[in-house]
Amino acid sequence: MQASDRFNINSQLEHLQAKYVGTGHADLNRFEWAVNIQRDSYAAYVGHYPMLAYFAIAENESIGRERYNFMQKMLLPCGLPPEREDD
Amino acid sequence: MESDIARKMASITAPKQYFKEVPRAGEEDDGLGFKKPQRIIDREDDYRKRRLNRVISPERNDPFMNGEKTPDPSVRTYADVMREEAYKRQKEELLREIGKKKKEEEEEKKEKGREVVEEKPAQKRRNRWDQSQDDTSAKKVKAGSDWDLPDSTPGIGRWDATPTPGRVGDATPSLSRKNRWDETPTPGRLADSDATPAAGGVTPGATPAGMTWDATPKLAGLATPTPKRQRSRWDETPATMGSATPMAGATPAAAYTPGVTPVGGVELATPTPGAINLRGAITPEQYNLLRWEKDIEERNRPLTDEELDAMFPQEGYKILDPPASYVPIRTPARKLLATPTPIGTPLYSIPEENRGQQFDVPKELPGGLPFMKPEDYQYFGSLLNEEDEEELSPDEQKERKIMKLLLKVKNGTPPQRKTALRQLTDKAREFGAGPLFNRILPLLMQPTLEDQERHLLVKVIDRVLYKLDEMVRPYVHKILVVIEPLLIDEDYYARVEGREIISNLSKAAGLATMIAAMRPDIDNIDEYVRNTTARAFSVVASALGIPALLPFLKAVCQSKKSWQARHTGIKIVQQIAILIGCAVLPHLRSLVEIIEHGLNDENQKVRTITALSLAALAEAAAPYGIESFDSVLKPLWKGIRSHRGKVLAAFLKAIGFIIPLMDAIYASYYTKEVMIILIREFQSPDEEMKKIVIKVVKQCVGTEGVEADYIRNDILPEFFRNFWVRRMALDRRNYKQLVETTVEIANKVGVADIVGRIVEDLKDESEPYRRMVMETIEKVVANLGASDIDARLEELLIDGILYAFQEQTSDDANVMLNGFGAVVNALGQRVKPYLPQICGTIKWRLNNKSAKVRQQAADLISRIAVVMKQCQEEQLMGHLGVVLYEYLGEEYPEVLGSILGALKAIVNVIGMTKMTPPIKDLLPRLTPILKNRHEKVQENCIDLVGRIADRGAEFVPAREWMRICFELLEMLKAHKKGIRRATVNTFGYIAKAIGPQDVLATLLNNLKVQERQNRVCTTVAIAIVAETCSPFTVLPALMNEYRVPELNVQNGVLKSLSFLFEYIGEMGKDYIYAVTPLLEDALMDRDLVHRQTAASAVKHMALGVAGLGCEDALIHLLNYVWPNIFETSPHVINAVMEAIEGMRVALGAAVVLNYCLQGLFHPARKVREVYWKIYNSLYIGSQDALVAAYPILEDDENNIFSRPELMMFV
Repeated sequence: MQASDRFNINSQLEHLQAKYVGTGHADLNRFEWAVNIQRDSYAAYVGHYPMLAYFAIAENESIGRERYNFMQKMLLPCGLPPEREDD
Repeated sequence: MESDIARKMASITAPKQYFKEVPRAGEEDDGLGFKKPQRIIDREDDYRKRRLNRVISPERNDPFMNGEKTPDPSVRTYADVMREEAYKRQKEELLREIGKKKKEEEEEKKEKGREVVEEKPAQKRRNRWDQSQDDTSAKKVKAGSDWDLPDSTPGIGRWDATPTPGRVGDATPSLSRKNRWDETPTPGRLADSDATPAAGGVTPGATPAGMTWDATPKLAGLATPTPKRQRSRWDETPATMGSATPMAGATPAAAYTPGVTPVGGVELATPTPGAINLRGAITPEQYNLLRWEKDIEERNRPLTDEELDAMFPQEGYKILDPPASYVPIRTPARKLLATPTPIGTPLYSIPEENRGQQFDVPKELPGGLPFMKPEDYQYFGSLLNEEDEEELSPDEQKERKIMKLLLKVKNGTPPQRKTALRQLTDKAREFGAGPLFNRILPLLMQPTLEDQERHLLVKVIDRVLYKLDEMVRPYVHKILVVIEPLLIDEDYYARVEGREIISNLSKAAGLATMIAAMRPDIDNIDEYVRNTTARAFSVVASALGIPALLPFLKAVCQSKKSWQARHTGIKIVQQIAILIGCAVLPHLRSLVEIIEHGLNDENQKVRTITALSLAALAEAAAPYGIESFDSVLKPLWKGIRSHRGKVLAAFLKAIGFIIPLMDAIYASYYTKEVMIILIREFQSPDEEMKKIVIKVVKQCVGTEGVEADYIRNDILPEFFRNFWVRRMALDRRNYKQLVETTVEIANKVGVADIVGRIVEDLKDESEPYRRMVMETIEKVVANLGASDIDARLEELLIDGILYAFQEQTSDDANVMLNGFGAVVNALGQRVKPYLPQICGTIKWRLNNKSAKVRQQAADLISRIAVVMKQCQEEQLMGHLGVVLYEYLGEEYPEVLGSILGALKAIVNVIGMTKMTPPIKDLLPRLTPILKNRHEKVQENCIDLVGRIADRGAEFVPAREWMRICFELLEMLKAHKKGIRRATVNTFGYIAKAIGPQDVLATLLNNLKVQERQNRVCTTVAIAIVAETCSPFTVLPALMNEYRVPELNVQNGVLKSLSFLFEYIGEMGKDYIYAVTPLLEDALMDRDLVHRQTAASAVKHMALGVAGLGCEDALIHLLNYVWPNIFETSPHVINAVMEAIEGMRVALGAAVVLNYCLQGLFHPARKVREVYWKIYNSLYIGSQDALVAAYPILEDDENNIFSRPELMMFV
């Protein structure tokens, strides 16, 4: 944060961002961002019932099963993180 | 249509930030900066000053650190301290016994009536001895006895607590081990009896010659012989002294004990004559002392060889060589200590010059140290010695370092202070607890300490505590001695600070250490010590949790040994309740159980404090927890029948707080029980009792279950007879309490009963009493209305109020005014018959000589205008309007403001058309008044003008309105927000009345002025005009003005646009295409402010037209806004970010995300940072909407990134 930000709304914004898991920062890598995207997507699917119903019809599954699957996928949605190259 | 616009007008306003009070230059600064800093001691009362009597005790053993091992005998242990305390108590008892005996003897003498008492009658002993005793009369001691000696020397607290004979036999060997003063008892004591402990105290102890007097059984002024000690100090002292005091006063152990004397200073660091002179001329006592010392010195000087030759026979004796191991004492301390004694004539001697120690001349301090005040010399004097630091031992260097840092914290500039504080904190563990506290704590006991200094030093302690953690254990008591007084300081922040320190201290040292440190003080003979200790304990309890402290409290409260311990224990419970409030609830039962037996204690002080503690607990627990008090109900209610005086008052107080917790049935029963006693005590002459009784009545009456009939029949008659008397109105606290209680009673028994009883008193001859009656009536009527009041009472009431209103003389007039207003408004239409009379009074008073009276009369009109309208007295109001109009020439601004307010009230209720004088006459009269710079006049005037512009603009020619417009521009400079707001609103009204063109021209011209606030208000006014007269009437002229090549004007135009779009909201969709080229230009301008203001205009525009199909224009504008995201100036970047947020709302998150994606993984971090910031606010704003818009990522060999679900299609 810049010194000038200390006295304006941005300081609160920083705090707000700390509360939101999905927010990013300059050092975020592709994988981490993708994980956030995936989780947000699954959360959206689960949260919007019509979407859930749509997927259920498309996949010929029950809505409950779909919801369960999506929730399961939120754990490691992109698989294991890549090895960090040591810097 | 008309009313619709009017309704809208009321909502017109500028954004909040523009109405904020503008900081005024100069005015507030008057008192600031030059105020003399306040010394703490100046505002302390005698009781609080007793903090100076306390001793910073030597450090104590830390059993946790030392484990099982027996502590070194030189260390004070808990047992030692307890022994000392016990001994002190014994001594005190003994003294009391003696006092009693003497008194008895005296009385015997008197009885016999043989002789006239030749001596002065017994003088009452000083307070501190009395405090802890029940029977004060038992302690009159004959003047001139030895016991009075110490007392006759005020200001040297400690020694009068322990007068010489008290030294008997060292019942407390531990003390003497550390205490150098004890080793040289008698002369030192004498020396202390005047103000130079430094000069007097040290010498005898230091010179070996002085030792001989220890054997002297009796010394002048000391009636009791100093008893022999077990150990021969002959051998020991020099050794101890030598090792213990390498420098004068440098050792902590030696330095601390004597530190109580406020004048002499804690440190003894400056025993030089220079230091004495610093404090002013030498007093006769000092002079005598010096002479006496000199005399002794002379006699005890080492014998010379010649003298020895003369004394001894020539043969039979042999001169031996001194043993090889003998080393003469050459400790620097000794040398230094030897100097103060004047050697020449006893009258005056030029002090020996010591260039290293010129303490009396404030000189440039080495090493950039801050300025030292004279009183600082005794603490920091040694910093002035320009010694070579290299030569000092590591310990001395450390001490010097600490002193330097402390001096910087205490007297330094803020940056100095900051760095010094940080260094002290960082190096705290390195310095060690001992050296740090031994330096800091005496400073806190300095009598000349100021608030700010104390705050800083306390801050140091706080920081250091945190670092030292368990290392503070041996110093806990020392710290408490200096911090506890903060708990009873009158300054709220000091109390909070004290609590914080003690809380941190208890967390650092742990419960066991805290208890061990404070236990001895619990039954200290001094009430002050016990009081502060109890408060400190409550802080410990809140820091470490009540359950942890419960077993200890239980034990203390049941102490058999001394009532003081029980008293303090119960007081701790009280303080806990006060401190932590409703958090006592989980422990309520145990706390009550711990103290309940105190209600039947043999000592009445204990009974009193128990009742007070119960009151505090009940107050803290309200409205819950009655079941916890079950066990005390019986003793309490029984107690009120058997006790009298203070104890009874305390019991009643407890009952008063417990009754509101009860269920209705019980409350009623118990109230009836207690009421008998309360009514009996109504007559008590004791002020304290009176206050409590009134309070308890209030509490009882307010409780559900206490019936109105009961109150009416059983309480009211006595209550009014005893309390509604003139005397009660004289004391502020009684007054308030009585009014509150009466209002509470009225809530139960109704208006008529109460008002009927006191209405006659409105004509009482005492004004304070009338005021009290009026205030009560006001509150009762405001609470309950006047429907209960019958015709007769109504008549009496109005009559009384008129009388009271007319007869008032004092300045505090609002009570009468409010009362009058409340009663008239409550009666409503029933006032009609009295209105002529009231108006007559008002008219008469408007003509009064005194400005106050005139002002009040005008104020009264504004209060009762609404009621007059209700009574259809429009003619009367018209008449009043004319009268007020005639008084517009009033020269007192306060009065003029009130008159304008009254006119406004009348205009409001009777309307523009019926107003007399007619508006066309009234308004021109107001125009010059707008020039008045007094705030109250301005505010009322602009309100009135605005009102007329809003409702009756057509009655006034347009030219007059233009004139007013020019005056209004000046009003935009007003400091008060309300005035500025009323002004810009008035512009809107006027523009609506006479058309926007002329007003707009005036306003646009005003954009050229220099003053920022003026311009800001002008832009707001332009926006308001645009809104009221539709934007198309204003926009062309406004946009045309943007062509003026002047920064302020252009910015003003942009700002007006910004406000304009904010106000017109979705109406903006018709104008967005018209202003886009202008905004394009502004967003590309070189000037930052152009871009900033344009961005905020874009924001408002976007938010206004969201969802109205203006996306094309908005995207176009976003393309101009976007390049500004890298701005660093805070206002600009804020405006830009907000514009982008606005775009998010209007265009959807997906569009903005697409703008964002280009920079999220940009190679330059600076770029990434900005883009992620935008992304984050996007994400927080519409996370859900982004799901569909995220880029498509391809899977790689290890990870799945794709989102196949979104590809599904049925």
